[in-house]
Amino acid sequence: MFHREAGVFKTSYAADMALYPLPIARWTVAALAGLFIVVVPLFLSDYLVSILNLILIAIVGALGLNILVGYTGQISIGHGAFMSVGAYTAAHLVVSLGLPFWITIPAGGLLAAAIGTVVGIPSLRIKGIYLAIATLAAQLIIEWTINHVQWISGGVQASIEFPRPSVFGVPLVHERQIYLFLLAFVVLALVATLNLVRSRIGRAFIAIRDQDIAAEIIGINIFRYKLYAFAISSFYAGVAGALESYYLGIANYEQFQIDISIDYLAMVIIGGLGSVLGSVLGAIFVTLLPIATRWFLTSFGGFIFSYTDLLSVVPNLRLILFGGLIIFFLVVEPEGLNRLWRNIRNYFRIWPFSY
Amino acid sequence: MASLSRSILALIGGAAAGLVLAGTASAEQKELVIGDQCDRTGPTQIVGTVLCPAMQDYYKLVNSKGGVDGWTIRGDEIDNGYKVPEGIEAYERQKQMGVVMMTLYGTPQTVALNQRLEQDHMPTTSPGFGIAAAADGTRYPYLFPIAATYWSQGAAAVQFAKEKLGGSLKGKKIAYVYYDNPAGKEPIVILNELKDREGFELRTFAVPPPGVEMGAQILDIAQRYKPDFVIAHLFGRSPSVAIKGLKGAGYPLSHVVGLVWASAEDDIKAAGGFGVAEGYYTMQFAGAGDDYPVRQEIKALYKKEGKEPPKEMANTVIYNRGLLQAAVQVEAIKNALKISGGKKPTGEQVKAGLEQIHDFTLGGLVPPLQITATDHEGGGWVRIFQVHGGKFVPATDWMHGYRDVVQKAVKSSE
Repeated sequence: MFHREAGVFKTSYAADMALYPLPIARWTVAALAGLFIVVVPLFLSDYLVSILNLILIAIVGALGLNILVGYTGQISIGHGAFMSVGAYTAAHLVVSLGLPFWITIPAGGLLAAAIGTVVGIPSLRIKGIYLAIATLAAQLIIEWTINHVQWISGGVQASIEFPRPSVFGVPLVHERQIYLFLLAFVVLALVATLNLVRSRIGRAFIAIRDQDIAAEIIGINIFRYKLYAFAISSFYAGVAGALESYYLGIANYEQFQIDISIDYLAMVIIGGLGSVLGSVLGAIFVTLLPIATRWFLTSFGGFIFSYTDLLSVVPNLRLILFGGLIIFFLVVEPEGLNRLWRNIRNYFRIWPFSY
Repeated sequence: MASLSRSILALIGGAAAGLVLAGTASAEQKELVIGDQCDRTGPTQIVGTVLCPAMQDYYKLVNSKGGVDGWTIRGDEIDNGYKVPEGIEAYERQKQMGVVMMTLYGTPQTVALNQRLEQDHMPTTSPGFGIAAAADGTRYPYLFPIAATYWSQGAAAVQFAKEKLGGSLKGKKIAYVYYDNPAGKEPIVILNELKDREGFELRTFAVPPPGVEMGAQILDIAQRYKPDFVIAHLFGRSPSVAIKGLKGAGYPLSHVVGLVWASAEDDIKAAGGFGVAEGYYTMQFAGAGDDYPVRQEIKALYKKEGKEPPKEMANTVIYNRGLLQAAVQVEAIKNALKISGGKKPTGEQVKAGLEQIHDFTLGGLVPPLQITATDHEGGGWVRIFQVHGGKFVPATDWMHGYRDVVQKAVKSSE
């Protein structure tokens, strides 16, 4: 964020470890909280709030994947499948036992974590691109299982409908209500991740990512911490899947297929590996980019094309623009949007007296 | 540099002014907007690239005749790329636009939006997509499958096989080859029910996605199981593979019926052309072929503008389905305007308008739909066409089969 840190000196380890490195950071966080909790639901239209809801769900999922890919260096293409595990768990608990969301959502996360841990076992032996293929297999196995085992999928259509969540007996039906509901989970996820990565576990993750043999030599139990990473990452995925299902009122595995796993991988890579802010920026970028490009093309394409031509031009041009912009941002800053943001911030830190 | 930025500013200013002007111009006309989701990109674009232009052509035709009761119809189309988040965004965007009704595209998208339709009172058609149980209008008040669901298609296929095999299926063998996803498995419930009633033997053959490799299944069907009839429920590129494979394995194509997504010209062409697929039966929920007055009117419309008819029209199966979708929408709006007395109809009024659709055939292109408040499927009508002499020739009239079995499945799918 934009702070000028002149005159702040850290004199203890506690100060160095603090969540807010500068006093002014508290004010920034308070201002952001005010903006998102009060201003956004009061002033934005339903349409814009619904886009924000999609972004919020993506943030939870992207944070989870970033813990695994960005912080621990274990690549995974099975994130979508873990989301579906969370979704179906929550759906079953709601439909058959009528449990409230504050049980079903963590339960979805826990079952996803359990399955994620099993999937993570090969990570001790295989690395990099080979691990990617192993997690891809997990994605396909989970999809196949849900499709074929009827007591999981709830019937041939593999869809389980369930009501939207209710808080203190009030069902959350409007976009704004769901927005605040999702926002609470995103805040929890953000705070948990920020704390995780500066804890003992988080530092062990980073050590494994940077050099796993060195990490083992300094006494980190690689097997255990890699499985922790898979479990925590899958927990986030399960929660994100359950949240999406609550948002839509239905669990359906076709919403969590391999293209979703790829989308999430794109989010953490574009946003910035190993960075919390990067996950948020990546989630925003990947969710908004198709919407923004379409808005741009339909608004300004009318000067060049007739309406019927425009309809066939826009979707295809949008795909080209989408791919092109992703390449553009990665070429401009291979370390992601987070690094781009830091570069901008560092430039203005000493502005106008840059040297 | 300064001149460049000035010219950019001028361009943006001009664009903004243009937008404002366009906004005021359309506000003066009486215009009703229909929200269509479509898929010109993504995994099912093979359908969308033909279906979506067809709908736009139909709106154009309606508007060229003066619209509906003085209202012009505009179809706002959003490409969802067969993705759920984009489908949700498209829905919310069109809802904000104030559309009077919608058409969704894709089963996952329809499933995901289902609860919102009811909450927002947004009458929505989902022809050939979504939940088969949505035929029950009391349970899904705002979702209208209008076309035959997979359950009705399965029942009609068995009915057709029965007619072809001499009026009785007792002791006969039927093979069901399907794309291994929820939509592919949907008709199995009905087939199992009918198996007991008609006394035939049923074996199912799953084809895993993406369905381009089915050599094992084809050999199993043609050489080992040797069924009396084959029902194929395949999507995308797989129908053509099945046609080619069955032909190659020596199985007579005149004993194969493909359900609605295995039935377009492109499938036949990809299988090697109409000569190869000679005899293959296709199931349609909109009439195939060129001999419908509405198609001639659209051609005339293009001719008047001095243009060739669009190349999409050559794919008559999918194009005609687009016409059916748009025609049902326009008919519903016509009914709704009667109820509302010429004012912009509400969601409830359009729903009522849809539920009044009957005896609306569009010169034989649309089946004898009978949509009611309880039956949102309109009777589950299909028509079987046979590949014969380079085109689709009707093999039956509009038909439906075993309605009691389908109704029971709809009711029991709680």
